[in-house]
Amino acid sequence: MGGKILLANIDVPGIRGYDVYRSNGGYTSVEKALREMTQAQVTAEVNKSGLRGRGGAGFPTGLKWSFLDRKSDKPRYLVCNADESEPGTFKDRYLMHHLPHRLIEGLIISSFALGVKTCYIYIRGEFKYLVGILEKAIKEAHLHGFLGERILGTDFSLNIYVHPGAGAYICGEETALLESLEGKRGNPRIKPPFPAFKGLYGCPTVVNNVETLAAVGPIISMGGEAYAMIGKGKSTGTKLISACGNIKNPGVYEIEMGLPVEDFIYSPEYCGGIANDKYLKAVIPGGSSVPILPADLILSTAKGEKRLMTYESLADGDFESGTMLGSGGFIVYDEDACIVRNTWNLTRFYRHESCGQCSPCREGTGWMEKVLYRIEHRQGKMSDIDLLVRVAKNIEGNTICPLGDAAAWPVASAIRHFRVEFEEHVLHPAAMLEKERHLKLKY
Amino acid sequence: MLKVTIDNISIEVEEGTTILNAARMIGGKVVPPAMCYYSKLKGSGGKCRTCLVKVSHSSAKDPRPMGKLVASCSTPVQDGMVVQNLTSPEVIETRKGIVEFLLLNHPLDCPVCDQAGECDLQDLSFGFGMEETATEEERREFPMIDIGEKIKLHMNRCILCYRCVYTADQLTEKRLHGVLYRGDVSEIGTFIQHAVTNDFSGNMIDVCPVGALTDKTFRFKSRVWFLNPMNAHRDCPACSGKVTAWMFGNEIYRITGRKDRYGELEEFICNECRFEKKDINDWVIEGPRHIRRQSVISANHYEEMKKQSLIDPIAGTMESLT
Repeated sequence: MGGKILLANIDVPGIRGYDVYRSNGGYTSVEKALREMTQAQVTAEVNKSGLRGRGGAGFPTGLKWSFLDRKSDKPRYLVCNADESEPGTFKDRYLMHHLPHRLIEGLIISSFALGVKTCYIYIRGEFKYLVGILEKAIKEAHLHGFLGERILGTDFSLNIYVHPGAGAYICGEETALLESLEGKRGNPRIKPPFPAFKGLYGCPTVVNNVETLAAVGPIISMGGEAYAMIGKGKSTGTKLISACGNIKNPGVYEIEMGLPVEDFIYSPEYCGGIANDKYLKAVIPGGSSVPILPADLILSTAKGEKRLMTYESLADGDFESGTMLGSGGFIVYDEDACIVRNTWNLTRFYRHESCGQCSPCREGTGWMEKVLYRIEHRQGKMSDIDLLVRVAKNIEGNTICPLGDAAAWPVASAIRHFRVEFEEHVLHPAAMLEKERHLKLKY
Repeated sequence: MLKVTIDNISIEVEEGTTILNAARMIGGKVVPPAMCYYSKLKGSGGKCRTCLVKVSHSSAKDPRPMGKLVASCSTPVQDGMVVQNLTSPEVIETRKGIVEFLLLNHPLDCPVCDQAGECDLQDLSFGFGMEETATEEERREFPMIDIGEKIKLHMNRCILCYRCVYTADQLTEKRLHGVLYRGDVSEIGTFIQHAVTNDFSGNMIDVCPVGALTDKTFRFKSRVWFLNPMNAHRDCPACSGKVTAWMFGNEIYRITGRKDRYGELEEFICNECRFEKKDINDWVIEGPRHIRRQSVISANHYEEMKKQSLIDPIAGTMESLT
């Protein structure tokens, strides 16, 4: 597999430790950035690279950094968002587990560029085993002079702390994450003010995803322009895709942006096709929050072009016939998968994870779950399907944070593309249940 | 000064004013309803989403419309901003949806609720609610609890506006209650019953937009529209002592703070005034309190009207007679 950037050297035994990582070219980018470049030059390289936020929204990282309030005399903070809880997404976990130093390296350079002296890694509570790995890596970096006071003899000092959350999905939203980091209830804040002006403890703060920050090291090593050459159009570089579902080879893959979706699903290098050689039914390409697409629309756009793994191509056709790259949680469903059951399962998750602060999300997620439960459990009515569409529409865009949208999109898209299946559940509930029972016995 | 236009009415406001407060300066029908925002409580607002409005011009510099509806209580005004509230069908539709969400788990027990007649949610449902319910799901249920000696918490009715939490945070030294759990099972609660004993805790009852927090000294005594609200005051060492006494004949049924036309307290009052002083001799009665004539409480309530506002058509419609 060529073209690996983030996961390069991942197969080297012992790469998790400092010595092996260092002897494989680790921390050279830190030396380069701190010794040869200025803050502005590092930011310029990141700008040139066209790196976009890998947490889901795909916001240009350089632009986000430029929003940071540099006039303020308050301390600045960099927070690494490692609260990866999106169903279907497990790329950050993999990266931190195998290459913790890649993240630390990115954090040092980013902090240098932003003028940050304290950096936090907010990690999901369920990733408890990773806390030890990261803290060991931080300790090693301290020992070898890459963290602490006067790094590499320059004026730049930095400390990194790992902070485990209590395992709430909502704390992956950047302002809820900051609240939680401050020790409060993890409720998203009302924006504006944005974290770039008033973030952690009211100070200017940048919050970036693990994968985004990890990519900063390689960008400095190879140069922003060289990084921008990889990929396609505005989707530059490589992306970690965590593939799961009914496929032959589930796992985390680093792909070059612009790879056709069809190749990704069927190539033996990646997913290797559908398990048991069944037919592809649907794909959620970017973590459970993004709209689901049926097989024909995920392989080619409504215009008939080949669908590529880029931010633009997947979003082609907007919500009518498109979806989003999101966080790269690639969930594949085969012909036997029940979309209704799956949608119910997702709404159950969002109902459980809604913080309950604003009314559309608090009440709407619960309502959708209850209605879908009824449809799935043989008590559905035809009018319920339109009711779900209406509730999803009322939630979408009217909430404080994007969790409302994330809960509404899967339901709206599932009904848009698989309405027949919902109707089938309402009209022939017994038959649907029988079919599922049959499948359960089979596997 | 920044110029903002709300429903085709322009006004100049100071920098940092929110859309909601600008609308309140205009007054009348352009004011979006607010269930969670409370001007006296810092940090409140943005939660209920009933005050969502459409911004069709972001500012004079950037005439593009904002992509989503924005919460008017937490969005500051920009110069040249054009806002649509009731003139936008999208806003009305969305507000109907929000009211539906708020009522989804609300027990609708208005006939036995002490808040009926002065309930913000009732007004809101009257304005924007649907005629029939679309849900057949069971409503969530919580047991009723006493959170203080004098305060009853009826969690079923709560719309989680967080006002009482902010009140306790900002008026008392140690907050003893808060929001527990999350999502649609989150609730207001204390870890220990009867724990709330702070001197100003009674104000939670007044800030509550619904009947979730009620005064135990007044529960089931009378419907509010049978009582006459009178301005009264006394010398109180703890608070200003300016209250509204709700009277029937010469008997005081309950004491609340004085509320302005948006249902917000003018001043917070102490628990002694609120719960202990129920004798008419404790108070100096000033006269009848003004009640909006649209309110059900104004029935059989007589007061002298300001003549000027009656003859001056520019001063506003009947509605803005405060």
